[in-house]
Formats: sequence, C-alpha cells, structure tokens
Amino acid sequence: MDELKKVVREYVVREYIEDGDDREVNDTTPLISGGIVDSFSMVSLKRFLERKFQIQIPDAQATPEAFDSVAKIAELVRRFKPDA
Amino acid sequence: MAYSATARESYQKDLQGMRDAGLFKEERYIHAPQGADIEVEFPVGQGVPPKRVINMCANNYLGLSSHPEVVAAAHAGLDYRGYGVSSVRFICGTQDIHRELEVKLTEFLGTEDTLLFPSCMDANAGVFEAVLSDQDVMISDRLVHASIVDGMRLCKAMQDTYKHSDMGHLEEKLQEHQDKRQRLIITDGVFSMDGDLAKLDEIVALAEKYDAMVFVDDSHASGFIGKTGRGVHEHCGVVGKIDIITTTLGKALGGASGGCVSGRRELVELCRQRARPYLFSNSVAPVIVAGALKVMELVTRSTERRDKLEANTVFWRKGLKEIGLDIKEGDSPIVPVMLYNAKLAQDFARDLFGEGIYAVGFFFPVVAKAQARIRTQLSAAHDRHHLEKALEAFRKIGAKYGILGLTKNQIIEKYGL
Repeated sequence: MDELKKVVREYVVREYIEDGDDREVNDTTPLISGGIVDSFSMVSLKRFLERKFQIQIPDAQATPEAFDSVAKIAELVRRFKPDA
Repeated sequence: MAYSATARESYQKDLQGMRDAGLFKEERYIHAPQGADIEVEFPVGQGVPPKRVINMCANNYLGLSSHPEVVAAAHAGLDYRGYGVSSVRFICGTQDIHRELEVKLTEFLGTEDTLLFPSCMDANAGVFEAVLSDQDVMISDRLVHASIVDGMRLCKAMQDTYKHSDMGHLEEKLQEHQDKRQRLIITDGVFSMDGDLAKLDEIVALAEKYDAMVFVDDSHASGFIGKTGRGVHEHCGVVGKIDIITTTLGKALGGASGGCVSGRRELVELCRQRARPYLFSNSVAPVIVAGALKVMELVTRSTERRDKLEANTVFWRKGLKEIGLDIKEGDSPIVPVMLYNAKLAQDFARDLFGEGIYAVGFFFPVVAKAQARIRTQLSAAHDRHHLEKALEAFRKIGAKYGILGLTKNQIIEKYGL
C-alpha cells in the first residue's frame, strides 16, 4: 500500500466528494478533467500538500495536469520530497 | 492581413468542436415585450413565423419588465435626463437620479450605502479586488455564480471553497484561515441552478464566531424573497448583518440592466475609489435609472406582486409533484425538473416548445454531470391559466417519455447518464 497515495486519496474524498455522491476515487480517476476538483478548489489541495509534506510547490508546477489524479499528485509531491 | 486563413480555420474548428460536443448555444428571437406570453422565433433566420408560447424561463420574477408604470417612468426619464451620459461616473456621468436610486436601494436592502454598476456581473468583477488584499482570504460556496468566480480570479486574496451549503466544512475553513487579516465568506443568496437558499443565519453566526465578513449575491432574490421582498437576508432574519450584498436590476427589479454593491459604508466607498468596472465604464443609462426608481417605489409600496409570485410558486411546485415529476425541493420560484440525462433534457424542452411552453434544458457544463434538468421559473406575470396549461404540457411530455412517477434512479436506469 502506497501511504502517500492513500493520504492524498483520503483528502480528496473528504474535501471534494459531496455527501450522497457515490463516485469512487482511485489512483487514476481524473480529478480536474473529471469535474471532481475545480480550479479554485485546487488551491486547498495545494495548501494541504504543502502543509502535510512540508514542501513548497511553485505555482508554475501546480497545473491542472499535475493535479489531475491521485497518482499524478503523488508523483508531484515526490519531486519535492523523494522519500514521501 | 492579420486575420489569416489559418487563423480563420483554427477558429472555425473551435466552433465546430462546440457544435459536435452539443455545447453550441443558439439565441431565439423574441418578437414581443417580456411577459408571460411571448412570441418566439426559433430556429432563427429561416423564415419560421414566431410562435406564441408561455414563458417559463425568464428572470422576470415580479412581472415588472413591461409594467405600464415602469415603462411610463422610463419614458419620462428619457425626456427629463436624456438618453446617454457620455461619461464615467466620476467625471460627468453621475446624475442626481443615480444617487437617488442608490439611496433607495440602500433603504430597501437595509444596508449602509450602495454603489451602482453597469451590471451585477461588473459589481462582482470589481468588488473583491477593491476591498481585499493578498493578506486576506475569500472562502466561497462551490456553487456560486460564474461572475463571482471571475471576480475572485481578479483579486489577489487567497481563494478557498467549501462544499455547497456545508456549514461544517465552512467552519473548518474559517478555522484554517484564522491567520489571515480578513476572511470573507462568499455565497449566492439563491443558487440559480438549484433554486435553493443559502443558510444565511448559520453563515452569519459562523462569521461572528470566526471574525469573518459575509458577501451575498442576491440577484435571484432581491424584490421577492423574504416577507417584504428584501432578499434572503430578510428570509433568514439577518438584515443589517450582511457586509456586502451585490444584486441586479436585470431580473426582478425591472429586468433591464444594472447592478450594485451595497453594504458597509467603507466597503462601498472603497468600491467607488477602486472598482475598475465602476471607474472605467459608463453607469446605468438615465432611462433605466428612471424605470428602476419606479420599480423601487412599486416594491416598497406593496407586497402584492411578491405574494402572487409566492402563491404561483406553491401552486407550480405542488402541481409538478402531483404529476409525478422529480423536482428539486425548495421555496424559491426557480424550480428545476430533474431529468439527469442531457439528451432527454434537450428533447423534453423541444417537445414542450411544440406544446407552447418555453423552458430550457440545462446540462453539463452549466450544471454538474448527470444533473441535466429543465429549469422552470415562475413570475407574478403568470396567471393561473398559464400555469395550468404549462402543467398539462409537462404531464403530456412526461408521459411520452415514460418518466412520470419515476425516481431519480429509475430515470437514470431508463435513459442512462
């Protein structure tokens, strides 16, 4: 079990999935292009990652593409914190 | 020539892409003043004679768009203050009647001051940047209107969102942002796609607990929500506790154009000094100001029209439920008939038009995926016979598609998403 992906996935479900919405989020579920996370709400995801993993993600790298799935987010985090 | 063949082809391809995706929007030409009965040409430009239909999709909540007293007042305004001002407000584009309307709106909304904008879209585009800085945070409901989203994008304050009307989630966000200079909670009063009302009493309580300001866009409420039509803040018992209200003159309040920022004196004054759509655009034309002053007189003088709208809303919601259609529950005159499937929503709207009822289907990306619907909107201009005819058409088309009495899941099972 990849702990990083688990933490990210749990946050995404808690933060973005409305009560009564039975959509499942797995590692490759499209988050932004799939309409689960909008560009505004991405801000809170970036903040969460920065606080949780004590990293700084430059705005230029916090793109909708880089945030589009749990797997891609995990990849992004590891770029700044390889041991995460 | 800068507009090369390649550029043209590229744009044509973009437009074709919209058509292929079913996202291309087409106008209908209305050959009549706004009202319960209108003449609609559709498809346009093909020589199809206009069809007389009952309008179930206007924001003409109070039926004032073509009210004879409003029209007469606008005519008079044209005579005594002219057609145009040919200037922005702070040079020579402020007439006495602009200020008079701002004072009337302030009294009506129960605020401290008001500033007119060319539209509420402009009010929302300008207000956040004018009153917040990069040391502040905007915390918005996730279903706020597109104009608010655009306004927030123009502002340097941090942006955050909370799940739609989820007070627990909002509270978490307020706790998280205690380190900011100012916190501004941002919500619509009535959410335009679902017709539900913001929980302003709870939002104000949270704002007081966590030292936050409250912003409400009451465009789909001003004039008719609340006992005397002041808006959702009246409905929720928090008049005087909303720090910024934006609203429009383009819906219930005459339906022409124009909007405003109303609220705390200092915040409104900052908009007067800094809000770019106010500073760099002409304000509302005198003819509209004169009409709007009459509207304010009418809505202040009597609640007759908002009471009729309320009765129409109750009748319509009850009627749709009795037919067996699936509607979004609520109290507002925005009543979505849920169909879930985008094609079904389009077909249903087309067939309604055939029956002489004009209502529009909405689907992704205007609403969330799998939430396709027909949005109906009531008006005080509707008489009982309009609504009875419209209900009969909904019953007939609902029966045609076999969805009467079906639950959400059964409709989805039958038509897919």
